[in-house]
Amino acid sequence: MSAGQRALRPRFERVRAGRSRIRDLSEQHRSATIFIGMLIVTLLMIYLPKYPPFNGILREQSWFDAFANAGVYVLLAMGLNVVVGLAGLLDLGYAAFFAIGAYTYAYSNSPYSGLDLPFLPMLVIGAAVAAVFGIALGAPTLRLRGDYLAIMTLGFGEIVPIVFLNLENWTQGTNGIGGIFRPEELPGIGRFGALTPFAYFILMAGIVTIAMVFLYRLQDSRVGRAWNAIREDELAAAANGINTVTTKLLAFALGATTAGLAGVFSASKLTIVSPDQFYFTVSFTVLAMVILGGMGNIWGVAAGAFVVFMIQTVALKQLNTIKEGFHLQPLDLGPIHWDLAKIDFTSYQFLLYGVALVAMMLLRPEGLFPSQRRRRELHIADEMLADHLVDEAPVVIDEAAVASSLGETPGADETFDGTTRGDEPGGDR
Amino acid sequence: MTAIATPRVAPNTRVVRIIVIAFAAVLVYALILWRALLFAGELTAGNSLPGALFHVLTRFDATGNAFLPQAIQQTVNALSIGAIYALVALGYTLVYGIIELINFAHGDIYMLGAFASVVFLGGIMGQAAGVHDLLPLFLLLIGALAFTMPIIGLLNVGIERAVYRPLRNAPRLAPLITAIGVSFILQNVALTVAGSGDRKAPQIFPLEWQIPFGSASISVLSIVTFIVALVLMSTLQAFITRSRLGRAMRATAQDREASSLMGVDLNQTIALTFLIGGMLAGAAGVVWGLKFGYVKFDLGFNAGLKAFTAAVLGGIGNIGGAALGGFVIGFIENFASSLGFSRWSEFLVFMVLTFVLIFKPTGILGQASGDRA
Repeated sequence: MSAGQRALRPRFERVRAGRSRIRDLSEQHRSATIFIGMLIVTLLMIYLPKYPPFNGILREQSWFDAFANAGVYVLLAMGLNVVVGLAGLLDLGYAAFFAIGAYTYAYSNSPYSGLDLPFLPMLVIGAAVAAVFGIALGAPTLRLRGDYLAIMTLGFGEIVPIVFLNLENWTQGTNGIGGIFRPEELPGIGRFGALTPFAYFILMAGIVTIAMVFLYRLQDSRVGRAWNAIREDELAAAANGINTVTTKLLAFALGATTAGLAGVFSASKLTIVSPDQFYFTVSFTVLAMVILGGMGNIWGVAAGAFVVFMIQTVALKQLNTIKEGFHLQPLDLGPIHWDLAKIDFTSYQFLLYGVALVAMMLLRPEGLFPSQRRRRELHIADEMLADHLVDEAPVVIDEAAVASSLGETPGADETFDGTTRGDEPGGDR
Repeated sequence: MTAIATPRVAPNTRVVRIIVIAFAAVLVYALILWRALLFAGELTAGNSLPGALFHVLTRFDATGNAFLPQAIQQTVNALSIGAIYALVALGYTLVYGIIELINFAHGDIYMLGAFASVVFLGGIMGQAAGVHDLLPLFLLLIGALAFTMPIIGLLNVGIERAVYRPLRNAPRLAPLITAIGVSFILQNVALTVAGSGDRKAPQIFPLEWQIPFGSASISVLSIVTFIVALVLMSTLQAFITRSRLGRAMRATAQDREASSLMGVDLNQTIALTFLIGGMLAGAAGVVWGLKFGYVKFDLGFNAGLKAFTAAVLGGIGNIGGAALGGFVIGFIENFASSLGFSRWSEFLVFMVLTFVLIFKPTGILGQASGDRA
C-alpha cells in the first residue's frame, strides 16, 4: 500500500490546501457545525412545505409526517453505517434490532401490558435492550469471517420476526401489539398525535442531530480509528494492539443501539408493532440507503436515507398520480397482456433498490456522497494500476517495489474484512 | 474446496469409520424418530423401541400403527425434502468453493427454476392434473428438466458474466452486496410478472400413487424426487472427479492463480461452475413444483437460507458435504413438522447454522487442514 500512498499524498495535499477558511473553522468546531447545519435543514423542512411546489404535493402536516418517518430511516442508516461503513462488517439482519426496540416500547406503553412508562427514558431503555441483543448476537459471531457474519445476521434478522410471530401468547402473533400510547406532550412544541406529527418531526430532528454529533465525534476518536484499521486490515490492526473482537462488538452494539432508538420512536409513532414491519425488506432498504449514500460518510448516509425514503414515499406516489392523468390503454401483445393503467410504481421500489445496489457496486461503489477514505479503499486497484504505469515508465525495475506490489494485488489475498484468504472462519481464535 | 481433493485418511480406517458413524447415526436417528412419533401421537406408548425394532412389521398396537412403516414414511419424506435442499446447496457450495462468494441470489435462481418448470408443464404442455400413463409422465418429467435446467443454468451464467465478473477483484463486500441486489431484482421480476400470490403448479405426478406399507404409505413422488436428486448428484460427482473440466474446477478451487498459470481458463471454469449450480437449482425447482403444487415469488429466500445452512453444515466448498447437509436439514424440517412445530423450522435451522458456525465452522465433512472453510 506504500506505493499507493506515495502517489496519493500530493493530490491529497492539494485538496487540503484548497479548502476555504470557513471549511477550516467548521473542521475545528465540528459539533457546532453539525448543530448549525441540522438547524438549517430543520428550518428548511419546516418552511419549505408552506410554499409551492411542495404545498401542492402534500399537505403541510403530511410533509412533517413523511419527514418524521424518513428520520426513522435516517437513524437506521446512520446506525448501519457504523457497522458496514466504519467497521466494515456486513449486517443483513439490522431490522431485528429495530424490531426489538419497537417491541420493547410496545411492552412498556400499551394496553396489552397495562404499563404506561414515560417516553424519553424508554427511548434509552429500548436502545439499551437492542444493544444487549446486539452484543448477544455479536459476541459469538464476530469472530467469524465477514461473509459468515453476513449470513448469520441474515438468519437472525429472519428469525426475530418469526419468533415475534410464533410466540402468540406473548406478542399476539400476526396481529401485533396495538394501541401503543403516544409520548407525553413536549413543552412548547405540542402534542404527539396522528394529525399533529409536528412534535414527532421536531423530536426526530433532535435525535438525529444528537446521533450525528455523537457519531462524528466517535468516528474521529480512538475507537473510530480502530474501526478504520480493522476494516482495512484486520490482521494488521490486531498486530498493532487493537482488540478486534471488542472493537467490532462495540460497532455492532452501537448499530443495534441506534436501531433500538429508531424502533422505539417508530413504535410510538405508528402506535402498533407487528412482525411484518420488520422483515428482511427493511434491512435491505436500509442497506441500500447506506450504499447509495456512501458507506462510511455519516452525513452522506443520512442524506442518502432521506432522499431514498422521500423518493419511495412521495415521488413514486407522484408518478402514480401523473400516470393516472394519462388514462393509459392496456397493452395487448398476443399472450402478454399488460394493463398499463394498473401499474403501481410504489410496488417497484425493491426492484429499484436491487438495480440501484448492483449499479452502484459496479459503477460507483463509494456511493453518491463518498467518504475520501472509503473511495480510496474501493478504488485501490485503479490507483495501483496507475502507479504501475507511472513506476514502470523507465525500464529500471525496482525489485522491492515489484515484490511489494505483487504481494498486494487486491483480490489475491485481501478480503473485505481484512483477513487473508488462508484463514478459516473463526481462525483468529 | 480442498475437500474435493482426495482425503488424506487411509482407505481402511475411512471405511471402518464411516460404517461406525453410519451405524451410530441410524441408532440415534431411530431413537429420535421413535420419541418424535410417540410425541406426535402417531405411535402409542405401548410401542417400546426394542419392541419396535424387533417386531417391526408384524406387531401392531391397538391403533394399527407400527414403528417401522411410520419410520420409513417419515424417512422417505425427509429424504425427498432434503434432496431439494441438497440440490440447491450444491450451487452455493460450488460457487463458494471457486470464487468465495455467498451467492445470495442462488435461492432466487431456484425459485425461477420452479417458475420455468410451471411455464413448461402448464404453459407449453398444457398439463394441469396428474398424468397416469407411465410413458407420457416420464417424458414430461424429462422434458421439464431438459427445459428448465439449461435455461436456469444459462441465466446464472449470464448473471455471473454481467455483475460478478467485473467485481472479481473488488473488495469482498462489493460482490456480496451485489448478490443481495441481484436476489432482490430476481424476486421482484417474478413478483411483477407472476403477482404476489401463490401460482398453481401442475402436479403431473399423481398424488394418489402411494405404496401402502403397513400402517403407513410411501409416496411414489418422494421416491422419484430422491432418485432424480441422486442421479444428478452422482453425475456431478463423476463430472467433477473424472472429466477434464471438473479437474479444472478443482484446481481453480484450490488455487486460482496457480491453476490459471497452468493453463486453466479461469473465466470458462467460473462460468461452468455457475452453469452447473444453476442447472441443479433448476432441477430442484422442477421437483419443488411437482411436490408442493404451487410457486411463489419469495419461495427462494427461505429455501436459500436453509440450503446455505446445509452447505455450511456439510462443510462449505465440499460437494459431498452439501448433499449430506441438505439431507440433514431435510430431516430436521421433517421432524419439526411431524412434531407440529413446522412454524419453527426456520428457527431450528438457524440454530443449527449458529452452532455449526460457532463450534465447527468447517462443517461435518470440511477438513480442518483445508485452507478454506
